[in-house]
Amino acid sequence: MADLSFVRTELVPQKTPPASEVGVIGWMRANLFSSIGNSILTLLTLYCIYLVLASILPWAISPTWGAASLTECRGILHELGREGHFSGACWGVIRDRWTQLLFGFYPSELYWRPILAFILLGVALAPVLFDGVTKKLLLLTAVYPFLCFWLIWGGSIWLPISIILGFVFAIVIYGIVSKATSTLLGAIVAIVTPIIWWLFLAAPFGNLMQSFIPLGIEAVQSDKIGGFMLAILIGLTGIFLSLPMGIVLALGRQSDLPILKGVCVAFIEFIRGVPLITLLFVASTLLNYFLPPGTSFDLVLRVMIMVTLFAAAYMAEVVRGGLAALPKGQYEAADSLGLDYWQAQRLIIMPQALKISIPGIVSTFIGLFKDTTLVGIVGLLDPLALSTNIRADMAWNGILWELYGFIALIFFIFCFAMSRYSMYLERKLATGH
Amino acid sequence: MKKSAFLGTLTAATISAGFAAAGTLDDVKAAGELKCGVSTGLVGFAAADANGVWNGFDVAVCRAVAAAVLGDGSKVKFVPTTGKTRFTALASGEVDVLARNTTWTFSRDVDLKFEFVGVNYYDGQGFMVPNALGVSSAKELDGATVCIQTGTTTELNLADFFRANNISYEPVPIETNAEAQAQYLSGACDVYTTDASGLAATRATFENPADHSVLPEIVSKEPLGPLVRHGDNQWGDIVRWTLNALITAEELGVTSANVAKSSMEAGGNPEVNRLLGTEGDLGAMLGLDKDWASRAIAVSGNYGEIFEKNIGEKTAIGIARGLNAAWTDGGLIYSPPFR
Repeated sequence: MADLSFVRTELVPQKTPPASEVGVIGWMRANLFSSIGNSILTLLTLYCIYLVLASILPWAISPTWGAASLTECRGILHELGREGHFSGACWGVIRDRWTQLLFGFYPSELYWRPILAFILLGVALAPVLFDGVTKKLLLLTAVYPFLCFWLIWGGSIWLPISIILGFVFAIVIYGIVSKATSTLLGAIVAIVTPIIWWLFLAAPFGNLMQSFIPLGIEAVQSDKIGGFMLAILIGLTGIFLSLPMGIVLALGRQSDLPILKGVCVAFIEFIRGVPLITLLFVASTLLNYFLPPGTSFDLVLRVMIMVTLFAAAYMAEVVRGGLAALPKGQYEAADSLGLDYWQAQRLIIMPQALKISIPGIVSTFIGLFKDTTLVGIVGLLDPLALSTNIRADMAWNGILWELYGFIALIFFIFCFAMSRYSMYLERKLATGH
Repeated sequence: MKKSAFLGTLTAATISAGFAAAGTLDDVKAAGELKCGVSTGLVGFAAADANGVWNGFDVAVCRAVAAAVLGDGSKVKFVPTTGKTRFTALASGEVDVLARNTTWTFSRDVDLKFEFVGVNYYDGQGFMVPNALGVSSAKELDGATVCIQTGTTTELNLADFFRANNISYEPVPIETNAEAQAQYLSGACDVYTTDASGLAATRATFENPADHSVLPEIVSKEPLGPLVRHGDNQWGDIVRWTLNALITAEELGVTSANVAKSSMEAGGNPEVNRLLGTEGDLGAMLGLDKDWASRAIAVSGNYGEIFEKNIGEKTAIGIARGLNAAWTDGGLIYSPPFR
C-alpha cells in the first residue's frame, strides 16, 4: 500500500482574488450593485445623468468659438444642419467678452495690476492658511490690503503709505504710553492718534510727499472696475474685515458691560433685521442725500462698507454659536489658571470656539461672495449686470445661457475652493479623537 | 461705526454749502468730464462694446452735450443706473444729466423736481405675438397669457387697456427683458408686452423674426427724453438746446459730413449760420462759445444720423422713423427755431 501521506513543504502560491471582487467589476459590485434595490437606484441615477447630459452636451459642444455675433453663430450652426432654438451654444460671446466679465472696463493695458494683486493674494494668504509656509511672509500679509488697493486703484503710493503710518504710530505710541503710564491710557491714546492722523494729516502728508518725491502708477476710476474683479474685491474685503469685526461683536454681546453689550446687540439685530438689498440702497441713495452734491465718495467703497457691516453681523452670530457650544468648564479652567480676560480668549476660548464655527464661518463667506451679485441693483457692473450690458450689444442680444453658464462656472470654482479649504481646516484642527 | 459718525458730522457741516455751490456748467468744466447717467444696458440705446466704449441712441445725447460744453465728445463718464437708482443719482448730483430712456411724466417732472429738456424718442407700449397664434389685433387677446415686467408702468397700462376693452388676461410676471425673451420663446406666454422699441429689438434677436409680429395697437404714450435737476436753468438750457441743435441740424441738412465745412464761414442759410455760430452769438447766451452746436453735431451727426446708426432701419433692430420722423416728414420731432 502506497504511502499517501502528504506533507506540503512550501506555501501554496497566492491566487489572485476572483474577478468579481477586484478591479472595476469588484468596485461596481461593492458600490453600485450590492443589492437589488441599490442596483435599481444605480440604473435610475445613470439614466437621469444620461438625460441631463444628453440634453446639455449636444448644445454645449458647438463649434462657435470664433463667431463675432449671434447671427454668425446661427450661420455656423445652420451650415452644420443644426436648426432650432437650442441647436447649439454660441461661445463666441465668451471669447469676445471674457476679459470684460473678469475685469469689467478696466484698461486692458493695465490688466497686469489686478492679476498681480490676485497672485500676491495667494502668497499673502499662504502663511495664514497653511502650515509649513515661512512665517516671514506674514509681513506681506500685513501690508497686502494696502498693496492690493493701490495696485487696483493706482495713484500715488504715498496715500497707502501714510495710512500704514497711522498703524505704525498706534503701535509705537501704545508702547511708549503704556510703559510710562497705564495700559488703558496707552490703548486710548493708541486708538485716538491714528484716527486724528487719518482724518486730518494723512492726506496732506501724502500730497506733500508726492510733491517732493512723485511716486505712483496710473490711477483707475472705480467705474472701470467690474465683473469678477468687483465681486472678488467686495467679497474679499467683506470676508477679511467681517471676521475680526464679528469676533469683537460676538464678545461684546457676551460682555458684562451693559452699554457695550447693548450697542453690540442693537447693531447685530438691526443689520440682521434688514435685507442686504436695503443696505445697498442705503449705500447708493440715502448716503447720497446726506453727502453734499459733488462730493460723492466712491460708490464701490460705500457698497464695500455696507457689505462688510452686513457680513459682520452674521459672523458675530456664527461666532457666538461657537462660544455658546463651549462647555462652561473651559471658561472656569482658564480662570483657574489665572489668565486674564484677553489671555483666556486668545489661548483657551477663541481657538476652540472658532474651530467649532468653521463650517458656519465658511458658509457665511460663501454666501457673502455670492451676495456680491446683488450690487448690480445699485448700478455697479457685477458679472450679472455685465451680462445684461453684453446683451445690450446688438451682436449678442438674445444670448442667455452661455453667459450664465460661464458666470456660474467661475462662481463655482471660488465657492468650491473655499468649501474644500474649510474641510481641510476641520481635518487639520480635529482634536476630538 | 466711527467713520459713519464722522461722515454724519461732515454731512451736517457741508450740506448747505454743497447746495449753494456753483452751477452745474462750472462743475462740469472744473471736473473736465460730463457725468451722464445711462441704462445698465439697453439694446440700441446704451451698451458698452468689448473695449468698454459706450454707444447708443441715449449715449449719443451725452456725447453731444459733452462736446458742446467741453469740446470733446469722449469726455463723458458714463454712470450705469438701474430703474431704481436713476432718479436719486440725478437728484443727488451723482450725474449731471440723465439720458436713460426715461418717460416724461407729470409726477416725474413736477413732484420729483426734474426738468425734462425735450423728447428724443416717442415710444409706446405694444404687443408681440407669434404668427401661429393667428391674432391681428390686441383686442383679440381675450384670455391670453401675457409676459410683463413687474414694477413698471407697462404693468399698469396693460391692466388699463384690458379693462377698457373688457377682455381678460393672465399675467406672467418677469424681471428682465432677457428673461422675457426666454419665457416668450419657450411658449410660457402667448404675448410679450413692453415698449415698442424694446419689442423691435427683442424680435430682431429671434432666429426667425418673421414668425412673430408686433400688433398695431400702441396702448400708451412714452415720450423718452434726457432730464436734468430742477433749479439750474442755465444747465437745463444747455442740454435742451444741444438736443434741439441735433434736431434742427437734421431739418436744415447739416450732417456730420458737412458740419465742419459749413461752420468755417457763413453760408447762404441764416438759420444754419446762427446754429453753427458763423452769424450772431447764440453760444454766448448759453455761456458757451460760438462753435458749441457744430461740435455737438460733429460727434455723431444730427438727430437723423444718430437714429439711423443706432436703431434705424439699416441696423438689426430696424425701427422705422414713424412718430420720430422730423416734423417736415410727418413726425413729431420738432425743434423751436434758433433765433
